[in-house]
Amino acid sequence: MKTYLPPKFLVERDQTRCIQCQVCVNQCSFDVHYYDAEDDEVRSREANCVGCHRCAVFCPTGAITIRRNPMEYRENYNWRPEVIEDIIKQAETGGVLLTGMGDDKSQRIYWDYLVLNASQVTNPSIDPLREPMELTTYLGRKPDAVDIDMNKMQLKTKMAPQVRLDIPVMFAAMSYGAVSINVQESLARAATEAGTLWNTGEGGLHPKLYKYGKNTIVQVASGRFGVHQAYLDAAAVIEIKIGQGAKPGMGGHLPGEKVSADVAMTRMIPKGTDALSPFPQHDIYSIEDLAQLVYALKEATNYTKPISVKIAAVHNSAAIASGMVRAGADIIVLDGLRGSTGAAPKVNRDNVGIPIEMALASLDTRLRQEGIRNQASVVISGGIRNSGDVAKAIALGADAIYIGTAALMALGCTCCQQCHTGKCAWGICTSDLALTKRINPDIGARRLANLLRAWSIELKDILGGMGINAVESLRGNRLALRGIGLTETELDILGVRMAGG
Amino acid sequence: MVQTNVTKKSNSVVEIDAQDLLTRELNIRLREATSNGTRKIELYNVYGQRYIGTDLNKPVEIEIFGTPGNDLGAFMDGPKIIVRGNAQDGCGNTMNEGEIIIHGHAGDVIGLSARGGKIFVKEGVGYRAGIHMKEYEDKKPVLVIGDTAQDFLGEYMAGGILILLGLNLRPGETHRANYIGTGMHGGVMYLRGSVNDFQLGKEIGVSELDENDSAHLKRYVEEFAAHFGYKAGDILNHKFIKLFPLYLRPYGRLYAY
Repeated sequence: MKTYLPPKFLVERDQTRCIQCQVCVNQCSFDVHYYDAEDDEVRSREANCVGCHRCAVFCPTGAITIRRNPMEYRENYNWRPEVIEDIIKQAETGGVLLTGMGDDKSQRIYWDYLVLNASQVTNPSIDPLREPMELTTYLGRKPDAVDIDMNKMQLKTKMAPQVRLDIPVMFAAMSYGAVSINVQESLARAATEAGTLWNTGEGGLHPKLYKYGKNTIVQVASGRFGVHQAYLDAAAVIEIKIGQGAKPGMGGHLPGEKVSADVAMTRMIPKGTDALSPFPQHDIYSIEDLAQLVYALKEATNYTKPISVKIAAVHNSAAIASGMVRAGADIIVLDGLRGSTGAAPKVNRDNVGIPIEMALASLDTRLRQEGIRNQASVVISGGIRNSGDVAKAIALGADAIYIGTAALMALGCTCCQQCHTGKCAWGICTSDLALTKRINPDIGARRLANLLRAWSIELKDILGGMGINAVESLRGNRLALRGIGLTETELDILGVRMAGG
Repeated sequence: MVQTNVTKKSNSVVEIDAQDLLTRELNIRLREATSNGTRKIELYNVYGQRYIGTDLNKPVEIEIFGTPGNDLGAFMDGPKIIVRGNAQDGCGNTMNEGEIIIHGHAGDVIGLSARGGKIFVKEGVGYRAGIHMKEYEDKKPVLVIGDTAQDFLGEYMAGGILILLGLNLRPGETHRANYIGTGMHGGVMYLRGSVNDFQLGKEIGVSELDENDSAHLKRYVEEFAAHFGYKAGDILNHKFIKLFPLYLRPYGRLYAY
């Protein structure tokens, strides 16, 4: 069938600069560039271009520019180009539209309508370059009260297991199979260097990465891939994944072509079969059932590590989270509307779930009202872009933040949203052995650790500017925030006052 | 720590009275008992304590008199559990290695996501049995059910062997489960007794057993018969059908690309 889809991008090659070296031909995994030997000229199949910019970055003479195809339809606010093209794709294939990364639509990003406070005159700000500034965060259940032996100056209260983070930013769940082993190794090493945690996702833990166990969160999800005693024992935290922001309520299909020999071994399924994760976990149909799995994992690890439960931010997530805390979860993870994925139906990614800012604020409020906020740490994820978002999230009530997309961008991702094709030219979201070599764990770990270092310095500057010297003092401190351009209802749910008030 | 409820019968056999023990207390005693070389534990007066057998990665035998609670043998890695009674929900949940033998019936989600080991149930089981069992190379979980099962048997099955014997079905009676093997993409089921086509998931095929199938079936039916005092020949002397996945990738054609 002839496709009616126009190319998304135009590839401009400056012939005065091009030296026919064919680096672009080798770098492009979408078969855009090719060398015509007869004419001794590199040419392009523009229809294949996804706009990832791998070729432009690696072109030694800077000859390549990638532009959006300016071919414009008649202006129509309802029938925008994306809408038209989606319909064309479905008419030509009859299939569900798949996509990668997080929701790219224009729903309001509340972080941009929240601003932070700083000290002026009435209390001094603190210069983090000359005074200690504390970002240390402990994840895990906290007691209702602490009992101290004043003679020995020792804690008498028996604490539930706690995990220490040197920076309240962790790497979000990205499974082996979705991302390559080199990406996971980069994440694991950077987490170890920065004193934080990375998350295996639900694809099991490759034997090579067991040595990073102290900085690892292992996931137990509906597919139960790679879950066994040694896996649970290796981890610092065990996370039960109920849902994910990119596709709340859905399971996952890792296509058979991504299930290589090594992925099969780690997931313990035959090579080449689809790795299907059912929609629900079939032993969890209620809060009581969740409690059963939480305690199954606690018993299986003899109460030595916190158990986390991750859900997508949905309409009732505050009430659900209250149930999760009562079911024994030591850490609650909320993944918002903009949460990312290696593959999800586009319609679910862009239309299901609520903004993380609203979900976080209502959850923190609810747990406080019920007097159980101390019983679980709260972690959020889904579109966190920079240390400013992190600081605002902590002020809204989060204990820590997961970053996924931002971490991948540190490795080269340009958010071209082709993760589901398995052809990632940056070698991130692929199991193609030639492409995965593009991530060198030595360099990957360096880039990721650099990002965390930069954010931690920025966070300390933000805290210092506010005149506080520990992230604990910012946590849930909504007076540190003001809203701009928000309605009364929005301010009310966020628990934040209007700027100027 | 002074251990009430625990009696040492010999160097390698320990008896535990679970009468007044909470789940957590019972599991602490099991961990302690197995850590010092105990080979066999007899549990008496078990009234619904959960997770028995988890976190014990030793080849210990646990004989349970009473009714163990949910998630019996969850994540289990090695022990052999014999239940002189019925089991509840979640038996063998994500089990890795070992054996569970139930001299009665079992509840829902038995063998969920099992990666290895064997489960034998003398009588019937509840809903969602054997969902998402897996296998990798020679590591294959086996679930043998003496009577019948309820809906969603073997749904999303990705590997392993599930045998349903229907021993208590009356002449002419079919198995009860609907949606058998929906989304199945690995492993195999052997059914004794009849089912209607509409009870089967769309992703499975039905065939006669070949030599290889018959050898597997014989092996596990013989083990089943030995556990529960049947004659294997009597069970095998009956028509079996084989249910298998039609596709390794049942949902490969859902998407636009």
